[in-house]
Amino acid sequence: MKLHVTFSRKGVKQPIIAHTILKTGVLINVERAYIESMEGEVLIEVPDKDAALVSATMQEAGARVKVMEDSVIRDESECVDCGACISVCPQDVLSFDDNWRLVIDGEKCILCGKCVIACPHNALSLLQ
Amino acid sequence: MEKSLDLINTRIREGNARVVTADRVPGIVEELGIKGALEEVDVVTTGTFGAMCSSGAFMNFGHSDPPIRMERVWINDVEAYAGIAAVDAYIGATQKSETQGIKYGGAHVLEDLVSGNSVHLRAQSRGTDCYPRKTIEIDLLAEDLNQAVMVNPRNAYQRYMAAINTTERPLYTYMGTLLPNSGNVSYSGAGMLSPIPNDPEFRTIGSGVPIFLCGAEGMIIGEGTQASPGNGFGTLMTTGNLKDMSKDFLRAATFTGYGSTLYVGLGVPIPVIDEDILRRTAIRDEDIMTGIADYGVQGRDRPVIREVSYAELKSGMIDIGGEEVKTSSLSSYRKAKEVACELKSRIENGRMELSLPTRRINPAVIARPMRDTVHTPRVREIMNTKVVTIYEDEEISTAAKRLLRGETNHLPVLNREGKLVGIVTTFDVSKAVATTDKAKIVLDIMTKKVVTTSPGEAVDIAARKLEKHNISALPVIDSQGTLAGMLSAIDLGKLFEKRWKA
Repeated sequence: MKLHVTFSRKGVKQPIIAHTILKTGVLINVERAYIESMEGEVLIEVPDKDAALVSATMQEAGARVKVMEDSVIRDESECVDCGACISVCPQDVLSFDDNWRLVIDGEKCILCGKCVIACPHNALSLLQ
Repeated sequence: MEKSLDLINTRIREGNARVVTADRVPGIVEELGIKGALEEVDVVTTGTFGAMCSSGAFMNFGHSDPPIRMERVWINDVEAYAGIAAVDAYIGATQKSETQGIKYGGAHVLEDLVSGNSVHLRAQSRGTDCYPRKTIEIDLLAEDLNQAVMVNPRNAYQRYMAAINTTERPLYTYMGTLLPNSGNVSYSGAGMLSPIPNDPEFRTIGSGVPIFLCGAEGMIIGEGTQASPGNGFGTLMTTGNLKDMSKDFLRAATFTGYGSTLYVGLGVPIPVIDEDILRRTAIRDEDIMTGIADYGVQGRDRPVIREVSYAELKSGMIDIGGEEVKTSSLSSYRKAKEVACELKSRIENGRMELSLPTRRINPAVIARPMRDTVHTPRVREIMNTKVVTIYEDEEISTAAKRLLRGETNHLPVLNREGKLVGIVTTFDVSKAVATTDKAKIVLDIMTKKVVTTSPGEAVDIAARKLEKHNISALPVIDSQGTLAGMLSAIDLGKLFEKRWKA
């Protein structure tokens, strides 16, 4: 499961990922990170069964945690199921079903945004 | 056996015509055989839904009072061509907005009109005695226009080259985003559901034939611009009433870094008048081949990485040089199917009768590139025509002597019929001498897969072959298949010599 973690330097005093790994013993995979001087945003992947524990530990340390589910948002009225987004995705988030309809597996998304740029119909956006 | 168009139209009028979508035909023919299927099927409907940049519409705005001869026209800040009669203009899908850029283009104006939105018309003129007015600005709906006629100079491509990018940076093209290092393959076209592959001889597809165009009943005008059916890239010029069109089958789009375009839903009904037509409509995705062109090469003649069938492209993954590469389409197969199904239901319900072409499209036409006015040097200008050769059955020692005497490093190898069958280099001969091999004659040591060039090939392309294959000479083979000369890396220097003299 993917968790989106945001924190600010004020609220979070310790190195939050190292702290969480040591405290919970859960192996955390960091998929993306943007760290600014005063705040940060990290996308992590953890085993489904440990998600609640990791989430609670990080929140105790002062971070905000959101479970990533529908990371790619599709505007159904604009999408024509062309598939231009499919091959540019590094995570196989997008694919066709048997009826050539686009299906999105948002859990795999790392929010890279390549599909948003590739969509000719301006039908895709990322969860803010 | 044949079936008359009259019989088919009678059945359509009576509501009992048997209509199938093109993707179903292979299965039906397999099950019933050609004769059985001909009795079962009256009409095959095709469909495609993809980016067709060569689209637009003629509009007549009606005369204002006092009247104006519109010299320049903008609709929602997108310029339309007004170099025609006073209040007529043609808006093209790829023309971009002067205020919003490629985000909004002619295609978006068309989508807005079809969706019932009002558009802002702005026109200017120098004013004449008969048309005194100089400017006008007004909001209009599609219904306010006398005519809004879609005319698409080049639609319904028979097939389209797929795209790949072998460079190290991403490319943003009309074929979508192409990831670096051959990261993906992008293709377009509905394959076996596309109109022209179902009738490549243009026996039923031609001028005057009724079609489905963006939800309206349209018509084929004739051969499309740049049509090249002689090598499998036929196109159609089509028309239809924009006022009857629906957003379900017409969509504006923008390719990042490229521009705006129009997604057009187009379907051609094919009356199954004889076995030959039926056999053609039984085409499968496996039978439709196209090439994958390297868009990393910024020239007109992009090298083709490999040939591929639409079946492979649609599978989502293909093999490129031993690696699995993801494929995806720009055109929507689901919508193409929807077009074919909608057309099928209209014919079944007797809403659309068919006709045969009033004028045939020539299936042998091949589009030419622009006539070159700038001289690009050709291989024949710099190749070496005094070529020392050797026969394949001559001894290796003979080859060694000839290399020495001929002061060359490459010996083209001929068979006794005089055809090129291989090449030997000083390296090959030295290696044969150094290693006490069983090799005795040239045939044993020559390289059999020879990279060649032709006298008419551009030197740039030949030079690329040298570089790509890491070799230093190319045999030049003329149109008769005989050896006309050799082009070595040294000859390339002649180009600079000439340049300085000039």
